Amino acid sequence: MDRRGFLKSTGVAGILAAGRAPAFAQGTKLHLLRWNDFIPACDVTLREKLLPEAIKALGAEIQLETINANDLQPRITAAIQSGNGADIIMTLHNWPHLYQSGAVDMTDVAEWQAKDQGGFYQQSEQAVKDGKRFLALPWSISGLLIAYRKSWFAEVGASAPPKTLEEYRELGMKLKKKGHPIGQTLGHTFGDAPAWSYPMLWNFGTAETDKAGKSVLDNKKTVDSVKWMTSFWKDACDEGGFAWDDTNNNRAFLSGEISATLNGASIYIAAKRGQEKIKDDKGEPMVRDIDHFPIPGGPAGSWGYHIPFSHMVMKYSKNQKLAKDFLKWLHAKEQFGRWFEVAEGFSVGSTKHWERSPMWEKLDPAMKLYRTAAQASRMVGYAGPPNAKASEVYSKYIITDMYAKAAQGMKAEDAVKWAAGELQKIYG
Amino acid sequence: MKKPIAGGSGGAAGLEVALPHPRAARPQTSGRVLENERLLAFALLSPTVLLLGTFIAYPFVMGVWLSLSNTSVGNIGEFVGVKNFVKAWNDSIFQTAFRNTFVYTFWATIFKLSLGMWLALLLNRSFRGKRIVRASMLLPFIVPTVLSTFAWRWMFDPTFSVLNWLLYQSGFIVTKLPFLSDGTYGMWCAITVNTWRGMPFFAITLLAGLQTINPDLHEAASLDGANGWQRFWSVTWPLLKPVTLVVVVFSVIQTFSDFQLIYVLTGGGPANATHLLATYAYQIGVATGLLGEGAAISLFMLPVLFVVVWLQLRYLRRLEGA
Repeated sequence: MDRRGFLKSTGVAGILAAGRAPAFAQGTKLHLLRWNDFIPACDVTLREKLLPEAIKALGAEIQLETINANDLQPRITAAIQSGNGADIIMTLHNWPHLYQSGAVDMTDVAEWQAKDQGGFYQQSEQAVKDGKRFLALPWSISGLLIAYRKSWFAEVGASAPPKTLEEYRELGMKLKKKGHPIGQTLGHTFGDAPAWSYPMLWNFGTAETDKAGKSVLDNKKTVDSVKWMTSFWKDACDEGGFAWDDTNNNRAFLSGEISATLNGASIYIAAKRGQEKIKDDKGEPMVRDIDHFPIPGGPAGSWGYHIPFSHMVMKYSKNQKLAKDFLKWLHAKEQFGRWFEVAEGFSVGSTKHWERSPMWEKLDPAMKLYRTAAQASRMVGYAGPPNAKASEVYSKYIITDMYAKAAQGMKAEDAVKWAAGELQKIYG
Repeated sequence: MKKPIAGGSGGAAGLEVALPHPRAARPQTSGRVLENERLLAFALLSPTVLLLGTFIAYPFVMGVWLSLSNTSVGNIGEFVGVKNFVKAWNDSIFQTAFRNTFVYTFWATIFKLSLGMWLALLLNRSFRGKRIVRASMLLPFIVPTVLSTFAWRWMFDPTFSVLNWLLYQSGFIVTKLPFLSDGTYGMWCAITVNTWRGMPFFAITLLAGLQTINPDLHEAASLDGANGWQRFWSVTWPLLKPVTLVVVVFSVIQTFSDFQLIYVLTGGGPANATHLLATYAYQIGVATGLLGEGAAISLFMLPVLFVVVWLQLRYLRRLEGA
């Protein structure tokens, strides 16, 4: 894209007519802070292709900094409190609610994006909208499905993925006995842990809150859910998962230590891109033996939690207009589409438009489920609004710890009571 | 203006020199200022006071204010009294972190002291390669904590632990030990790493203390028929006690407020089982953005450390008096 195209796409074509660059183009700097993408090629595309184009077109310097996702929240807090830091920061989940006083109103750009790309997925909008204002601009969703080894599942008699959680536990029990446990984290980590623990509430028909946002966790369904997790953990899982972060299950799966794990598509993509090295026990490329299925259903259905990602422009930034213009350009179909294709299904769009992308036709059948995975998602804080309180519960890992405590030996009823007490303090 | 030079000897005593310029009055004024002890003291102390005020007093006062307010990220809080302290005290995770901090500090200090003392006594002997051994002993202390803790984390990795592999291959275990995935194991792993890292500080300081002990005292004790243990207990230990107490005070302060090691090794998990006050304060204050509550949690360290340090220093003063 050239300078003219950029200005056209961001709606500032008038600047061209004026015959001179906008004020912010005079040596201004933008600092963009994001996570280290699980698909490194996405960061490469951003750093080496998209940003140089934006820099050329804007006449401004744009610096991309990437850090571990678990360190993003501390960086946001430090930046807001000191009034100094990156102009744009990537957020996960519903974090923008927690940092709303430090976020620039993005409603105008978000409304443009929604109109341009067919409306946001519910969780993308809920993650950033406080009722009236968009506190950040939805970027993508990381779909989470269970990656599994087809041959190992077949060895224990499962020719198709399990439909219910109970089937999954029984299957896992057989797999663990054969030395192929299921691997899941219940640790303090940003993605896989909440994406595994929150749906366990919903699939058993319980929730953190009611629609008014009051805590309703302390009930029999939650106890049932915790009991299921405890037996699943002992019968079917690699019990080291208490200390796993978001990368451990990827490594364990790709080295043949575990037979299944809830994850983004990064396991499959890494196995495919590294098929010369990543082999199964028969010496064949492991990627051929990998497929996916959604979290099996519980008594109340099958829900997942697919993580929304957004970009938040910081209120302390001296370049807010430039930051918004840049994001409008980056989130536009043309630019986002190029990044989206590199992600190969690991990141789907924040709008349904991207389900229709021709990229899906090029992907392997094992990846097709990610295309619509984001449709069956609820948000943290469900059934109430995913507000700052829900963010606080997430940031303290209370739901994940409830399951972890029980799986480590605490009585299910006591673990639920503990978590309900913590939620009561936050939600009331 | 001409003025006789004071002092001198012989003919020089009567020598008169011309001072160059009336502007010389200015140095005289500043000279007078410097001669004023109060002003000079103020001038010399002010940089230090400024530094202490900026980097110690201001953050401390700010921390106290935050702990008494409901400040959260991006929101200027209001005064809420001791509400944050009461909330923390009733918080089960805080209680775990509080208990953990004592357990961690107590055992790590005990191990560092005993192993450090043992190492110092060994290094105080003469042997070939003594200098190399002494220098290499400092390595754990020199390597940045985050780096060395990452290495330990790999060794304790839940799936690929080299320690588990070694123990399994040697036939000591049949299933993996849950180094970081079990709360109790996790805490002992953290104590082990802290001991490994802190022991050289004890060893080198105690070694310095050992070298100040007059060998004649040991010789005299030997002539009196004292064995090794008796010489240590009756000669070395009493003379080493003041140094030991100072090292222990430093170590207790550092260990009680430790953050990096736990943050990297366990992140406070599993299920908050290894949180210390510092890591929990960070999780609440910085990661969750509840700055008031985080500050209150961290301030719980202050009275505890104050009492510990006061008791130890009091004991030290008594020793010196004796």
